Amino acid sequence: MEFVLNGRRVQVENLAPQTTLLDYLRASGLTGSKEGCAEGECGACTVVLVREGPAGTEYRGVNSCLLFLPMLAGQEVYTVEGLAQGGKLAEVQAAMVRHGGSQCGYCTPGFVMSLFAEQYRPDRGAEFDLHALSGNLCRCTGYRPIKDAALSLGPAPDDAFKARLREPAPALGPAVYESEQGRFVRPGSLEECLTFLALHPEAKLVAGGTDAAVESNLRYRRWELLVGLEAIPELRVFEEHADALEIGAGLSLGELERRWKGAPQAVRDLLPLFASPLIRNSATLGGNLGTASPIGDSPPALLALDAAVRIAGKDGERVVPLAEFFKAYRQTALGRGEVIVSVRVPKPYPTHSRFYKVAKRRMDDISTVAAGFALELDGAGRVARVRLAYGGVAATPVRLFAVEEALTGQPWNASSLWRAQGMIAEVLKPISDHRGSAEYRLRMAQKLLEKFYHETAHTEGVPR
Amino acid sequence: MKAVGKAIPHESAVEHVTGRALYTDDLLWYGHSPAAYAAQRARFPDLLHAWPVLAPHAHARVTAFDPSRALEVPGVVTVLTAEDVPGVAQASHHQDEPLFPAEVMFHGQPVAWVLGESLEAARLGAARVHVEYEPLPALLSIEEAIAAKSFLAGPLRLGRGDAASALARSPRRLSGEVRIGGQEHFYLETHASIAHLDETGGVMVHASTQHPSETQEVVAMVLGLPRSQVTVQCLRMGGGFGGKETQANPYAAIAALGAWKTRRPVRVRLPRHLDMALSGKRHPFLGRYEAGFDDEGRLLAARIELYSDGGYSLDLSEPILWRAMFHSDNAYFVPDLEVTGYVCQTHKTSQTAFRGFGGPQGMVVIEDLLDRVARTLGLPPEAVRERNFYQEGQRTHYGQEVKDAGRIHAIWSQLKASSGLERRRAELAAFNASSPHRKRGLAVTPVKFGISFTATFYNQAGALVLIYRDGSVQVNHGGTEMGQGVHTKVLQVAAQSLGVPLEHIRIMPTRTDKVPNTSATAASTGSDLNGAAVHQACEILKERLAPVAARYLECPPERVRFEEGRVFPEGQPERFVPFARVVETAYLERIPLFAQGYYRTPDIHFDKGKGQGKPFHYFAYGAAVSEVEVDGFTGEYRFLRTDILHDVGDSLSPLVDRGQVEGGFVQGLGWLTLEELVWDAQGRLATGGASTYKLPSWSELPEVLEVRFLERATEPGVIYGSKAVGEPPFMLAISVREALKDAVAAFGQGGVVELDAPSTPERVFWAIEKARAEKEAAAGEVPLRDGARPVHHGD
Repeated sequence: MEFVLNGRRVQVENLAPQTTLLDYLRASGLTGSKEGCAEGECGACTVVLVREGPAGTEYRGVNSCLLFLPMLAGQEVYTVEGLAQGGKLAEVQAAMVRHGGSQCGYCTPGFVMSLFAEQYRPDRGAEFDLHALSGNLCRCTGYRPIKDAALSLGPAPDDAFKARLREPAPALGPAVYESEQGRFVRPGSLEECLTFLALHPEAKLVAGGTDAAVESNLRYRRWELLVGLEAIPELRVFEEHADALEIGAGLSLGELERRWKGAPQAVRDLLPLFASPLIRNSATLGGNLGTASPIGDSPPALLALDAAVRIAGKDGERVVPLAEFFKAYRQTALGRGEVIVSVRVPKPYPTHSRFYKVAKRRMDDISTVAAGFALELDGAGRVARVRLAYGGVAATPVRLFAVEEALTGQPWNASSLWRAQGMIAEVLKPISDHRGSAEYRLRMAQKLLEKFYHETAHTEGVPR
Repeated sequence: MKAVGKAIPHESAVEHVTGRALYTDDLLWYGHSPAAYAAQRARFPDLLHAWPVLAPHAHARVTAFDPSRALEVPGVVTVLTAEDVPGVAQASHHQDEPLFPAEVMFHGQPVAWVLGESLEAARLGAARVHVEYEPLPALLSIEEAIAAKSFLAGPLRLGRGDAASALARSPRRLSGEVRIGGQEHFYLETHASIAHLDETGGVMVHASTQHPSETQEVVAMVLGLPRSQVTVQCLRMGGGFGGKETQANPYAAIAALGAWKTRRPVRVRLPRHLDMALSGKRHPFLGRYEAGFDDEGRLLAARIELYSDGGYSLDLSEPILWRAMFHSDNAYFVPDLEVTGYVCQTHKTSQTAFRGFGGPQGMVVIEDLLDRVARTLGLPPEAVRERNFYQEGQRTHYGQEVKDAGRIHAIWSQLKASSGLERRRAELAAFNASSPHRKRGLAVTPVKFGISFTATFYNQAGALVLIYRDGSVQVNHGGTEMGQGVHTKVLQVAAQSLGVPLEHIRIMPTRTDKVPNTSATAASTGSDLNGAAVHQACEILKERLAPVAARYLECPPERVRFEEGRVFPEGQPERFVPFARVVETAYLERIPLFAQGYYRTPDIHFDKGKGQGKPFHYFAYGAAVSEVEVDGFTGEYRFLRTDILHDVGDSLSPLVDRGQVEGGFVQGLGWLTLEELVWDAQGRLATGGASTYKLPSWSELPEVLEVRFLERATEPGVIYGSKAVGEPPFMLAISVREALKDAVAAFGQGGVVELDAPSTPERVFWAIEKARAEKEAAAGEVPLRDGARPVHHGD
């Protein structure tokens, strides 16, 4: 397999398919990219891919520790070593120097790459979006000088990097990579994928890789066969139907964030809180559902929106309501050889919806408790329809149907709220762990509903 | 143009942003081209990778050990055990950290190391080493250790007067307790060492260490070699923060032992989850206090007990506890003060140095005490704090005069004015009155931090300055660069002192064969000590060059001036000769062009037995005002604004100093709010990775952060009038913790708030619930029936 690295074509062979791009870069002498955590939390390994985005070709920052090397087949990568041209620092580099943005310097290459991607983003506004840097951790500076460096940046200069964006990004096509240690196959269509999976149901599915690579890096899981889902057009749809929005399971959360204009409030709450921008650039909605973590971020929001999952296998397609998709801890309704094709969010969207996430850190943390709520009131201020969904309070993401039922038809007032909170204490039995105690989780389940109540009780039926 | 005091970027900034700055583990690969992938290892052919065999118990005896199956794994070369050690199989000169323990003392402690041709081979080999254990009871908390009287040190005592009778005489009294969590260093670069045998048979170790001389000492001890046979180099570190002061040593020792045994280069590099499981952290503390005070909140007496969780071995726990006790007064005069300290031994990693070195824990306790005094009396906490400040001429509880105590008052009043404290207090009260579900809190706290190693002998430094015939200069000193900017400051000192442009000076990697017997780069002293040593060497060289130049310039040698690469008679810069020409002439005249410099901090001493002395050369001062907003539904919070005024003396390097102030503050804020170390019932670190242990990120940077330096702050007797800055600003973050308490109090009646650190959203939430319950009880209200079960505090 081959890809383009800092403008030069490179060939890869005889390496294990689970070799990460980061390990490859470092062992190739490009030691600027650093390993700080090997799980996509610190961003010290950030590189950019040249990809097709909603506004054309763009540089997309990703964690190189979470990319298996064969996933790069046919792609184009720039690392920190590729930025300074002809001995002249790129603007982002010069800004970091000028503002004292580096101390120990270990996180700096990652910041430089995130700054670079944002400075050259084609649909970037006038002001630098600091959220673009929230996937990079710095232990030395306290961030202020990096913030000033970022805010000092004007539009991208008209240079070779800008010129590159006027050309199309490399197309992701089918690919096969094989070495002694295993095989990576990237089908080019859904049919091809399902046919292949029918023969190899044991294959590990990899979309963005942000989950699989963590298992590989930290828990040393090894798979003989990886099937990449990134080149399947059917998984990349984004279609508005009259009764629903259909979101391809293979769309990255970052793409979703930028494409889903007019999303319900719960989704607008969710997306900025979902991991970091670097993760969102790779991670997919299908992956977040398929991994079925009880503390995944998207399930509570999507459950509240009454979403359903379109699943395809060799015997055809089926649509499963998300509320029936999660079967047990990390188990789903997905059968052997099946893939999630898309997620359908029914329309019209609820008048009131919210997503809340309680965590130790405000951004880029894993939730202690997350909640998705949706509410429809009738003309008399009674609950016409309500959906209450939670993560972090049970072995799977859950909908509280009994509480929803009890609230329906009741006035949306304090006594209804208290009754609902009382019921929540009856039905939820969360556990204690390092993120929070069982008592706190339960109180959060109650208190988040109270917060939702306070945010919706006195409005006039219009979404915020 | 002065080199000192100029706001220049970090001396490696261009290398940082281009990725060219090399760290220890980069040495393996740097210089390859992509085409050369894995084909060869240019710098270290035949390199071996090491992986530990980890004990799955917090406390256990090793009853059987058989490495034979590991050797069957393809690529495994050997398994290192105690039998391979030619010297002493210990990682510490305290002899309490066996490299290959027969008794496991913490969960995950390595009992052996496997060397492999690849990391994967070493890891798979380690999984095949057969070890049997007999689990033993483990102590996992300070409380358990106290109950079992399991102490590594103590009681240590420090005090003045008779606290017991002064407490008894006090018109008002209170007592309290606060638990303070530890902190993972989370330097972005984890522990790394590469060792190989050099061309002469000596042992060369590249290590990410803050203390190359001690790393050298430990490697020599393990290999049974004189120290002259071992060279340690630290190129730079990707962060240290104290975590590499002693704790780099075992990994350097394993790499060296592996190289010694196999005659091949060996690399030890811990991935993050191993680094977090194996390396020591900031000490968790339990503080208990009793205070006597008057109606105005003036402290009359205090009795403070500090218990630190030292983990399994001594490491630096004793001096850390001393420093906590030295800082139990913070900026306050307590007439009768008694401080007692114990280091608890638990079955955890050996806790170690971390920015502040016990000082932060000592200060959190006295600040908690003062806040409690204020809230008990219904007085503004900042008024009570101010009332208790040291005055000029007063002495600390260990007998040192508080030099420049007036700076505390000056900083306080300037900061209150510049931050608009009074106006914002009023605005905040108005906000809180109209906001039932979100409350804001505000607090001001001071910092007085003693500068010097409390082990007096460490307060020395050496330097070696080399001038080459073309006028270019190499500077060697004992300080290690971990991002704090010691090389930048030393560069500025050397340029200023020698009178040459910054670009003509090259700061060399820190090596034990250039400057021997160096002290750790720690205790904020890196620039004070090494800067002074380099300065002395430069002055010696100038003294030698001046007579040479004087002949050129036809002026007396004492009138020769060196500036910016030009040498000229005082007052006549146009009559200059280039520095390089003077140097070449000196060479031809057989004048030595290299010099050593040496510095020892004058007039410091401390008698541990009496608890009296002058342990510190001077104090660094500062204060911060922080404002926060707390969500009453969840206990989550936002940092709205922080104003800092800090005393850095005459800044050697303002950009570096500002970076230290801001970075230290945010790191302290992380320690006190979201960074939570949780050990499970088996003694395993449950928050042992980046996804579970959360550092401050962008969302924790206060929305407004104003940093100023105290003006007219020259510190006589320190290099160019500067002051140490590495640690003191860390403790400015105590203002954030106190502001959170202020916000919690606003949910209730403003009374006493009990809040342990770190103040995670969960802890803040329970504190709010308690405050609300007290308010409702006082008002005789029936609590809202929201279905809540009785509240059990999380921990």
